[in-house]
Amino acid sequence: MNESAETTVRHRIDYTGAKMGMWIFLFTEVLFFGSLFLLYSVFRDKYTAEFHKAATELDIVLGTANTAILLTSSMFMATSITLVRKGKYGLSIFCQAATILLGIVFLINKYIEWGVHISHGIYPNSPALLEMSRGKIIFFSLYYVMTGLHGLHVLIGVFVISGTLLFTARRKINETDFVKLENTGLYWHFVDIVWIYLFPLFYLIT
Amino acid sequence: MTEKESQVQAIGPKAYIVVWLCLLALTATTVTVARLHLTAYAVIASIFIATAKAALVVTFFMHLRREPWILKIMLFLALLALTLIVLLTFSDVWIRYK
Repeated sequence: MNESAETTVRHRIDYTGAKMGMWIFLFTEVLFFGSLFLLYSVFRDKYTAEFHKAATELDIVLGTANTAILLTSSMFMATSITLVRKGKYGLSIFCQAATILLGIVFLINKYIEWGVHISHGIYPNSPALLEMSRGKIIFFSLYYVMTGLHGLHVLIGVFVISGTLLFTARRKINETDFVKLENTGLYWHFVDIVWIYLFPLFYLIT
Repeated sequence: MTEKESQVQAIGPKAYIVVWLCLLALTATTVTVARLHLTAYAVIASIFIATAKAALVVTFFMHLRREPWILKIMLFLALLALTLIVLLTFSDVWIRYK
């Protein structure tokens, strides 16, 4: 690659910079979600038994399904970049569409889950929730804040990947200029990692 | 694209499928372990498995293994910062409330 023309070299420098910028943004996200996980850890340390009881209200099957869905979407996302780099645009668009679709399915599952809790009267500041013990109130508050913020990240990801899909279709993302897609992929995988931790901490502690 | 460039290219779809299968297997493992009700060890086990999954995603899907060393150090420092924040907070929680 080094012996290529100067333009290629300049492009490669930009490429590295763009990717490093994305990683730095992800580090801020690590601290953002990290602080919420810290809050969770401190309260769980204090209200261990109540957290375990509250977690039984969550649907392990839906949680596991959503884990598999996000992992699969990540696999499609990673593959779409490899395909663009090989010039296989049609297949890459297919993989990006699959990622978007799985992201939407994830959100639908989340909607169903939240719907069930809300129908049981458990939602922020609800009378039924406020009558519960302190540990349970904190568990559900953290559950809504953390899965809500994560869901928001998934929603943003769905919109951004829709953008990269259009860019790929118009060849603005192509085999020599694919950093937009790659950075979108980095974001999507990060969102996946957040869920990898959310899943056991909320669903599997019964 | 030259022959040389395609050799330095990203990890192929086959490797991604293998990583994906490993991730699904680890998910099945963590669910199974949680059902064993190991109580005290359950948390450690689930965090350990989650970290293994995260490492797979970072290494292969985010292809950190092919990135320059500076990026690896940056990630290390970010995680170190988070670890320090967690340890400092817990040192306070444990000393004052226990």
